[in-house]
Amino acid sequence: MIGLQHYMVVSAILFVMGVLGIFINRKNVIIILMAIELILLSVNINLVAFSAYLGDLVGQVFSMFVLTVAAGEAAIGLAILVIYFRGRGTIAVDDVNRMKG
Amino acid sequence: MIHVLAFYLFATLVVCSGALTILSRNPVHSVLWLILAFFNAAGLMVLLGAEFIAMLLVIVYVGAVAVLFLFVVMMLDIDFAELRAGFVDYLPFGMLIALVLLAEIVLGIGLWSAGPIELAQRAAPVNPELSNIQAIGGLLYTRYIFLFEAAGIVLLVAMIGAIVLTHRSRGGVKGQNIAKQNRRRPQDAVRNINQPVGQGVEL
Repeated sequence: MIGLQHYMVVSAILFVMGVLGIFINRKNVIIILMAIELILLSVNINLVAFSAYLGDLVGQVFSMFVLTVAAGEAAIGLAILVIYFRGRGTIAVDDVNRMKG
Repeated sequence: MIHVLAFYLFATLVVCSGALTILSRNPVHSVLWLILAFFNAAGLMVLLGAEFIAMLLVIVYVGAVAVLFLFVVMMLDIDFAELRAGFVDYLPFGMLIALVLLAEIVLGIGLWSAGPIELAQRAAPVNPELSNIQAIGGLLYTRYIFLFEAAGIVLLVAMIGAIVLTHRSRGGVKGQNIAKQNRRRPQDAVRNINQPVGQGVEL
């Protein structure tokens, strides 16, 4: 029988993969945003797994709010990316220093 | 048996497609692997009995977020080969961090699972007579109605923010300004003059 730990391990692997994606794609902000989506997906899996195994629906309700925030974050992030590209002609994020005081 | 098989299928596919999302050379392929990861995560959630969240994941992530990513990746004309420079430099350090983090989390899960989970009280116990979507709807529209509206406001702010950020007014384009047209009065625009014969009109 599949236990809660199995889902937690899958979620942990997915989370670590998102963190690794942020580390190794330091320049490509699109992949960084996708890695953040992976992290939020792993959080959702964790919330739903706990909700199912503990017999409490609040986890699934909260997972919907995580989904909402993830959608808003992707929209705003991509909008910032588009205006950044319009101004600079590149999306390399390791030289984003315009707001340096 | 079929449950175990389905779990391992979905889990393997979600992990593999997550890895390929962050490792693939072409960002378009990355987005497609991300879509596969979302589908398989939705499969995991169906196995857990959370059908509504699973369908929401497919609709919101695959239908909206992933398509938005695909749109932006294809719209921007970027030299992705240049962006991959330094990939190999960061790989060993990133791997080290990731392995340490994974070992810590798995160790934590192992230690935590030593004893059974006992909840003294459940905030919203599952009612076996109701289907998943009915139960979530009942909870969402009664007890969590303000949180639900707050989520709606978050989405509204995100939408307005994205429009404000990316909107630009171009110069040199003649558009109709209705407020300006309505503001214009006859006494500002029309002038009656008594023009003498044999002279030019002075404007």
